[in-house]
Amino acid sequence: MNLPKYLNIMTAALKVSNLKKTYKNGTVALKGLNLEVEAGEIFALLGPNGAGKSTLIGIISSLVTASSGDVEVFGDNLTKQRNKVKSHIGLVPQEFNFNMFEKPMDILVNQAGYYGVPRKTAIQRAEKYLKQLQLWDKRKSMSRMLSGGMKRRLMIARAMMNEPKLLILDEPTAGVDIEIRRSMWEFVEEIANAGTTIILTTHYLEEAEQLCKNVAIINHGEIIKNTTIKQLLTTLDIETFILDLDKKPEADLLKALNAEVTDENSIQIDVPKSKALNESIKTIDEMGYKVLSMRNKVNRLEELFYKMTQEQKNEGE
Amino acid sequence: MKGNNLVALYTLCRKEIVRILRIWSQTILPPAITMTLYFVIFGNLIGSRIGQMGGFDYMAFIVPGLVMMSVITNSYGNIVSSFFGAKFSKHIEEMMVSPMPNWVILFGHVLGALARGLMVGGIVTIISLFFTQIQVHNYWIVISTVVLTSVVFALGGFINACLANKFDDIAIIPAFILTPLTYLGGVFYSISLLPDFWQTVSKFNPVLYMVNAFRYGFLGVSDVSLTVAYSIILTFVVVLTAICLYMLNKGIGLRS
Ligand SMILES: Nc1ncnc2c1ncn2[C@@H]1O[C@H](COP(=O)(O)OP(=O)(O)OP(=O)(O)O)[C@@H](O)[C@H]1O
Ligand SMILES: [Mg+2]
Repeated sequence: MNLPKYLNIMTAALKVSNLKKTYKNGTVALKGLNLEVEAGEIFALLGPNGAGKSTLIGIISSLVTASSGDVEVFGDNLTKQRNKVKSHIGLVPQEFNFNMFEKPMDILVNQAGYYGVPRKTAIQRAEKYLKQLQLWDKRKSMSRMLSGGMKRRLMIARAMMNEPKLLILDEPTAGVDIEIRRSMWEFVEEIANAGTTIILTTHYLEEAEQLCKNVAIINHGEIIKNTTIKQLLTTLDIETFILDLDKKPEADLLKALNAEVTDENSIQIDVPKSKALNESIKTIDEMGYKVLSMRNKVNRLEELFYKMTQEQKNEGE
Repeated sequence: MKGNNLVALYTLCRKEIVRILRIWSQTILPPAITMTLYFVIFGNLIGSRIGQMGGFDYMAFIVPGLVMMSVITNSYGNIVSSFFGAKFSKHIEEMMVSPMPNWVILFGHVLGALARGLMVGGIVTIISLFFTQIQVHNYWIVISTVVLTSVVFALGGFINACLANKFDDIAIIPAFILTPLTYLGGVFYSISLLPDFWQTVSKFNPVLYMVNAFRYGFLGVSDVSLTVAYSIILTFVVVLTAICLYMLNKGIGLRS
């Protein structure tokens, strides 16, 4: 059906088809990746180290050349209309990539200039985003002097200078304290509400949980799961706890709980979501031990990756 | 030219010039000091014993050569350190993600290098006034040769910066190619002093044509024909521009 463009609300913000990338040294980073991100959403791209997230982002933002495949951003083809695609995108890369000897204000105004934003408008915009990202006081400091979290926020402000339709954030909250992280979440939600589509990679599951509706998990250069975050979290049905006891656990306790020793006085137990933790604690109590403290074993995301990559391996066998 | 591109070009040029002025103690001061030493030593102390060269005082003869030499090294040096620096610390990505066309990236950097070349060339010229009088035979020739030569070496420096992977790579070309070519390019002597064989060899050195055409603008004498000089310089401009744009389009040395 040929709908007029203004009715075509289903235009995807990003459409990646069969994207492949082999680096010059022979590393295969993407193996025919397919992905679609709807306009207007905050989309999480998750995956373990080396999965290919930054490579994918690099290709979309013209920093890496694809070996083959197609990328469309808001219906514009990357290879055929590269400059148009570039003008849709704002990029916050994983690694710092600004001139450490320049001032934040100059970095922002110059970036806008590269997009053709006249200097006067650029200065106003820079002021707006420096203030929103709490960097206004630092506008005239040498960027080298900013803290890690400030540097990251500077890159977010820089990515906003062309008021992009698609903002790509590659681990924006790495090395950022809790307070700033929360204020960054607020900022991201704010600009998403204003209509910007956002793609986010992160190693914090809470972050994806907090911000995103849909997620894709990428591993070894392929999407292994593309679903809603809710759906994803239900697959996490076992939680692992570490309990610190008042004395060295004997074999009978370990057997009763099906636990492993992790440390002199600590044990690790797997508890399915369907089962209450009370039972285990009760057993421990009955056998004459005290639980001094308790914590979750791993970051849930790691657990998730581990599970999925295991599944992927099993399927492959 | 589209408005957007004009804004981008202006931004880039402005940034390059701000950079030159911000680090003036690395960009402007050293060449001024070196050239003053050349004037004192070669021009004054040794020059007074040499007497005439090409029909002029030795001092008057080497001023255009030394100005050109400083324009060449500074144009080249500026683009190499600015562009390779951007590559090394990755802020080149700021340009690469933007819709600014490749020719704007190239032109902006070349204009920056030209600005540095002219600034330093101007300062060296002013310093030379303390040692000798300068006459100008033809302003057009002076200006056109200095601008074109600066552009040629800016383009060369750009290619060097694209291909370089480490700081050594940007030191090698200036040390092993640029310096010998300029020293043997008739900056300090007229090639008529050389034996026939070396005169012929010298004629394969493009810098000779640039220095002589420039000197002709001041003194009205040259070892080479102006037509040949301009043809060579313009050919370099065209060929090097084409190579630079090709490399940018292919992302050679820039995109993995
Ligand atoms: N420039 C490069 N040259 C060669 N190989 C590379 C290059 N960049 C990345 N790789 C390789 O490509 C693979 C994917 O890397 P990529 O940076 O895309 O992973 P990632 O998912 O972003 O990981 P992380 O979570 O650690 O950031 C890795 O094996 C990496 O070593
Ligand atoms: Mg990465």
